[in-house]
Amino acid sequence: MTGIDPRFLLLFSGVVAILLAGSVAGFFLSRRLAGTGSEATVRNLNDRVKAWWVMVAIFAVAFLAGEAITLVLFALTSFYCLREFITLTPTRPADHRAVATAFYIFIPLQYWLIWIDWLSVFTIAIPVYAFLLLPVLAVLAGETDHFLQRTAKIQWGLMLTVYCISHAPALLILEIPGHEGENALWLFFLITVVQLSDVMQYVFGKLFGRRKVAPKVSPAKTWEGLIGGGASAALIGAGLYWITPFSPLQAAAMALVIVAAGFCGGLVLSAIKRSLGAKDWGTMIEGHGGALDRMDSVTFAAPLFFHLTNYFFVP
Amino acid sequence: MSQAFKLLLLALTRFIVGGHGRWLGSQPSLAQRIYFANHGSHLDTIVLWAALPEGLRRRTSPVAAADYWGGTPLRRFVALDVLNCVLIDRLRGEADPLAPVREALAEGRSLILFPEGTRGHEALPGPFKSGLYNLATSFPDVELVPVFLDNLSRAFPKGAYLPAPISCTARFGAPIRIGADEERAAFLERARDAVIDLAGPPQ
Repeated sequence: MTGIDPRFLLLFSGVVAILLAGSVAGFFLSRRLAGTGSEATVRNLNDRVKAWWVMVAIFAVAFLAGEAITLVLFALTSFYCLREFITLTPTRPADHRAVATAFYIFIPLQYWLIWIDWLSVFTIAIPVYAFLLLPVLAVLAGETDHFLQRTAKIQWGLMLTVYCISHAPALLILEIPGHEGENALWLFFLITVVQLSDVMQYVFGKLFGRRKVAPKVSPAKTWEGLIGGGASAALIGAGLYWITPFSPLQAAAMALVIVAAGFCGGLVLSAIKRSLGAKDWGTMIEGHGGALDRMDSVTFAAPLFFHLTNYFFVP
Repeated sequence: MSQAFKLLLLALTRFIVGGHGRWLGSQPSLAQRIYFANHGSHLDTIVLWAALPEGLRRRTSPVAAADYWGGTPLRRFVALDVLNCVLIDRLRGEADPLAPVREALAEGRSLILFPEGTRGHEALPGPFKSGLYNLATSFPDVELVPVFLDNLSRAFPKGAYLPAPISCTARFGAPIRIGADEERAAFLERARDAVIDLAGPPQ
């Protein structure tokens, strides 16, 4: 890698400045509100900010170290998300071979296909070949009890946590003339818009939230939060157009698509979680539940963003 | 060498199956204890060992079957030098297969014991063998802590070659005591129920 894109430094200084503001605010809030009823909310805020620091540090290292490290990082993310998904899903001992193959064959394969730029196989490896192979491995164990449910659950987990998430780092292999070597910035755009939209929806929901979108599925999601958070995320997206191949208007539209897809992802994964009888996917990240609790929006937003960018901007 | 291997084994365990302890009915303590748990996988020994805090891990010996853990040089090394196991011979009908276990207890060590004697196929444990009763009557001061190992029979079932990454936890319950003149069968049933109680609602 020859030199660091100055836009990287600008972006990361911006992120660090925002997090610093968050940490300082959290510190003073926790001192002022100690012993009052708001203490738990502030503690939750501080835990979130702390977890963000860690995530941003990991991202910074990955971006600076290049494509291989970024792919490894996302492969590990998929690994932890799939582990959380399968842990909550009541698979049987008879599913062991299918589950082990999903982890040890399809995660490395999917990210290796990005590494060697084999886009056509990347697109079908899991939806076609894992889809056909995993039930074969399960059927060989000879247990027919709940066979369809068991097979479907493993395939769902693999699609969401590996196939969908892998579309985020797959941005690294798109070639857009005039924007060579900037792919990591588009990945930054995707992740930033997704995560800020989550945060802004949370903030707008806390401040103005009245009408719940789906009270049974996700009581914290409100129309006010969605609209306020979505609008501010679209503005942030437009403001970041200079790191993308998009015009400001296109960047805002892309951000809106990301927000809408991310919102749907959050809802769907929340419904899955509830149908499995859990509140959080795991306990990995302090203040954030599991890894999949942070990635739920990405699972839906990444494939859409990847395809739209590929379709409209790659000649 | 064995120290490096110990760290590697711990790191691998955390990465693949987690293996964290949840202290529900008791707290980590230096008191001499027998941790007894359900047995569904060869990983049980490692996960329960990994779930203990470092200080307790050093003074606790898993009781393991010599026919499996003594089977190859690598397993033998892991069992004896890394996990500090007490190996017992469950195949040959010696006078008292528990003799090495009694020795370890007499030295003041804590133990990890799988009273089913063999791995089951089900999530819930099968009937307990009398080893736990015999040890409890000979060493009445040792605390008997029930442990439920969750998910291990899914992560590494009988006959599998590789453990699948599924988070496994060890849930520690409240210690039980043997009654003054409690019958063997009644005590073993009560001990088994103490493990089952930690399993949580059936899925």
